[in-house]
Amino acid sequence: MKTSGIIMILGSALLLGLFYFPLWNITLGAPQYPEPLGMDIYISGIQGEEEFDIQNIDGVNHYIGMKKIPKPEEMWEFNVFPLVIGGMAGLGILLGFLGFFRKISPNWFLGWFVLMLVLGVLGMYDFNVWLTDYGTDLDPKAILKLTDEAGNPISYKPPLFGTQQILNFTAHSYPRLGAWLMFAGMFLTLVAWWIGKRSLKTQNI
Amino acid sequence: MKKINSILSLLVLVVIMIGCGGDGDRKKSGAMATNAAERVYVAPGEHDEFYGFFSGGFSGQMSVYGLPSGRLLKVMPVFSQDAEKGYGYNEGTKPMLNTSYGFIPWGDLHHVDISQTNGELDGRWVFTHENNTPRVARIDLNTFETGEILEIPNSAGNHSFAITENTEYLIAGTRFAIPSPQRDMSIEDMKGNFKGPLTFVKIDQETGGMELAFQVIMPGFNFDLAHPGRSASHGWMFATTYNSEEANTLLEVNASQNDKDFIVALNWKKIEEYVKNGGGTMMDAEYAHNVYNHNSSTATSTMKKGVKTVDPKDIPGAVFFMPIPKSPHGCDVDPTGEYIVGSGKLAAELTVFSFSKMIKAIEDKNYDGDAYGIPILKYEDILGGIVKQPGLGPLHTEFDGKGNAYTTFFISSEVVKWSLKDYQVIDRKPTYYSVGHLMIPGGNSRKPFGKYLVAMNKITKDRYLPTGPEMNHSAQLYDISGDKMELLLDFPTIGEPHYAAGIPADLIKQNSKKIYRLDENEHEHAVRNESETRVERKGNEVHVYMTMIRSHFAPDNIEGIKVGDKVYFHVTNLEQDFDVPHGFAMIGANTAELLIMPGATKTMLWEPKRIGVYPLYCTDFCSALHQEMQGYVRVSPAGSNPELKWSLDGD
Ligand SMILES: [Cu+2]
Repeated sequence: MKTSGIIMILGSALLLGLFYFPLWNITLGAPQYPEPLGMDIYISGIQGEEEFDIQNIDGVNHYIGMKKIPKPEEMWEFNVFPLVIGGMAGLGILLGFLGFFRKISPNWFLGWFVLMLVLGVLGMYDFNVWLTDYGTDLDPKAILKLTDEAGNPISYKPPLFGTQQILNFTAHSYPRLGAWLMFAGMFLTLVAWWIGKRSLKTQNI
Repeated sequence: MKKINSILSLLVLVVIMIGCGGDGDRKKSGAMATNAAERVYVAPGEHDEFYGFFSGGFSGQMSVYGLPSGRLLKVMPVFSQDAEKGYGYNEGTKPMLNTSYGFIPWGDLHHVDISQTNGELDGRWVFTHENNTPRVARIDLNTFETGEILEIPNSAGNHSFAITENTEYLIAGTRFAIPSPQRDMSIEDMKGNFKGPLTFVKIDQETGGMELAFQVIMPGFNFDLAHPGRSASHGWMFATTYNSEEANTLLEVNASQNDKDFIVALNWKKIEEYVKNGGGTMMDAEYAHNVYNHNSSTATSTMKKGVKTVDPKDIPGAVFFMPIPKSPHGCDVDPTGEYIVGSGKLAAELTVFSFSKMIKAIEDKNYDGDAYGIPILKYEDILGGIVKQPGLGPLHTEFDGKGNAYTTFFISSEVVKWSLKDYQVIDRKPTYYSVGHLMIPGGNSRKPFGKYLVAMNKITKDRYLPTGPEMNHSAQLYDISGDKMELLLDFPTIGEPHYAAGIPADLIKQNSKKIYRLDENEHEHAVRNESETRVERKGNEVHVYMTMIRSHFAPDNIEGIKVGDKVYFHVTNLEQDFDVPHGFAMIGANTAELLIMPGATKTMLWEPKRIGVYPLYCTDFCSALHQEMQGYVRVSPAGSNPELKWSLDGD
C-alpha cells in the first residue's frame, strides 16, 4: 500500500500543473498570418500566445460578428475550475496519505478517478458549449454575414480537438502541457489503485 | 602515305577538339553555365543573407537592399522630405529638417557606415552625412528610421566621413574650404586664409546620441574621403585631400597641378586628451540638433551655439601629412590596420602606406618640411608598396579579410583584385560603367565577410530598358569567394549611391520592431482608445484627437470647423498587429499624407480654405473594408459660430 499511496499522491499532485501550464491551445493561421495567432486556455482564463494575440483575434473576429474572447471575470468557469482542480488535487493527496498509512482501501483511489473522469467530461462538455456559442452566436450587425449552401449561417466554432478550416483561417485545437500532466496524473491514480489492489491480494495470501 | 594520313587526321581531330574546348569555355562564361541566376535567386518567402544600406546621393535618402538578390526592401528618408511616408511634411518630422539656415527640404546623402564594436560590425546604428548643408545623421536599426540629425557648423561640403572602431566618434570633414569663421572677404584671397575643419562628433554608446566634441582647424585643402585606423592603427584617422594648390577657380585644372597631394594622418586620441585637459578655444557657431523620439513620433530641433576648435599646430605629434600622387580620393585601411591604400585618381599606380613605417618615421622625426606648420612625412619612408599598372582612375578599395584588396577604377571601368602580400594584380573584371565606390559586407572593418562585392556605377547607358534621358544608377554584384571574381547581377538603385555598407542579416533582423507599443506611446496628443477621442477648439486652432483601427476613424464625422482655422489632426493607430499601418489624407491639406504604424500617433495640419463638407480617408489598404475607412468634416464660414460636434456611428 505504501507504493500505491505515493503514486496516488504524485498522480493527484500533477493536477496542480494546471495552475501553471495551459490546459488547451487554439491557434489560427492564415495566409496573412504566417505567424499564427494563438490563445492558451488556462483553468483561470485565456491568454494570448503573443502579447497582442487576443486583441488581434478579437479584431479579426469582429468582421464576422463574433463576441470578444471573455475575460476571466466574464465566465464563471474561470472561478470554478481552479476550485475544482485544487479540491480534487487536495482530495487525491489526502486519499494517497490515508492509503499510505493503510487507513483506507485502494478502491477510494478508483472512486477518485471516476469522479475526476466525470468532472473532466463535464468540463469538456462545457468547453464545447462555449466554443459553439462563441462560433455561432453572432452579432446581427456583423460586417460579413456568410451562409452555407443550404442558406444557414456559417458556424465559426473552432474544433474541440483537431484541425479545421474556417474561412481563410486554419484552426488547430489541441491539449497543452497542463492537460497532459492531468492525463498523466489521472493515469497514475489508476496505477495506484491497481498496485494497491495487488499488494492487498498478496497480503491476503 | 598511310602514316601521313593518320597523322593528318589526328591533327584535324586535335584542332577540332581545341575548337570545341574553346567553345565550351566561352559558353561557361555565360550566366547560365555559371548558374549565376541560381546564386542570386532568393526563393519567394526566403530571406536574403545580407542587408545592404545604400546611400541615395542626391535623393537625400538611404535605401535598404537584400543581398544577393538585389531586392529593394525600403527607402529610409533622412535628409530629404519623403511624401510617401510624410517625413518632413507632418508636424512630428518637420523639425528633423531644420537647420541654422531654416527648413531645408533636400539633402545630398553620401557615405554610410554601420556602428562597430572592437572594429566589427555590431548592427546598432547606421550613420551617414550630407554634403550640401553639412549634417550627419543616425538611423536606428530597430525601427529603420532616422533618429537624429546634427548640423556641422563652420564647414562646407561635409564629405570625409568615418566611424571609429568602437563607434567612439563620427568624423566629418570639409570638402569645400571656407573662411573660418565665415566672413566677407575676397575669394581671390583664399590661399592661406580658407580652412578645412575636421569635425569630431562624440557618440553616446547607449543611445547613439551625437554631440559635437571638437573641430580640428586644418589648412584650406579639400578633404575628400576618410577612414579610421583599426586594430594596430586604432586611435588614428586618415583622410585624403585634393586641391592642396588651394585653387579657387577652375579646379579641374588648377587643383591638378601638384605632383602630390596629401593624406592626413591624425592621432585623434591625442587631440581628445588635449581637449579633455582644457585645450582648444570656443568659436562662435550656430547649428541645429534634431532628435527624433520613436515613442512619440515627434522630433525636437534645438539651436545650439559655439564649437570647440583646435589648432593642429598646438598639439605636436598629433597631425601629419603623407604625400600621395595626384588628387587622391580613397584612403582605405585594411582589416589589420597596417595598410593604408591611397588612390590618386589621376595617378598611374596605387600607393600603399605602411602604418608601422609611418610610426617609425614620426619617431625619427624624419620630415620633408611642413605645410602650414604640419609636418610632411617622406614618401619613401612610409611607403609599404605600389601596385603597378592596376588600371586608370583608382577610387576606392575594400578588403575580403583573406589578404586581398579590391579597388575600383573609374576611368578604365573595372574592379581589380590584388594581393596585400605582394601587390600583384590577381584578377580584373569590367564594370558597367565607370564604377565609383564598391562595398564588401564588413569590408570596412576588422572582420570582412568576403563573399560578395557590390560595385556602384556612375554611368548606366544601355544596361536596362531605356527610361528617357534620366536613368537609375546601376549596381553590380560579384561573387568574390573564389580566386576570380564573377559578375552575378545588375540591379538599379535610388539616386546616386556614393557608398554602401553591408552586414549579415542575422546581426539585425531579430532587433527589427514589429509595432510601436500603444502603452509606450509618448506623443503629446495620443489617445489610447476610442472613448478618449474628441475635438477641442483653442481660438482658431482646432485639435482633433482621432483614432484608427480596421476599418474606421473615430470620430469620422466632425462639424464646427471654420474657414481660417488651423486644424491639427492627431491621429493614433490603435492596432497592435504586425504590418497593419493606416494612412490619413484630407482634401486640400497643403502637405503629404500621414502614414501611421500600429501604436503610433502622427499629426497633420490642415487649413481649410473653403466652406463645404470634405472627406478624409485611409490611404493604406488595411483590410477588406479599407475602402469604407473614410469620414467627413464640415467647414462653416469664417466668423460664424458653429457648434463643435464629433461622432462615430451617431454616438
Ligand atoms: Cu486603414
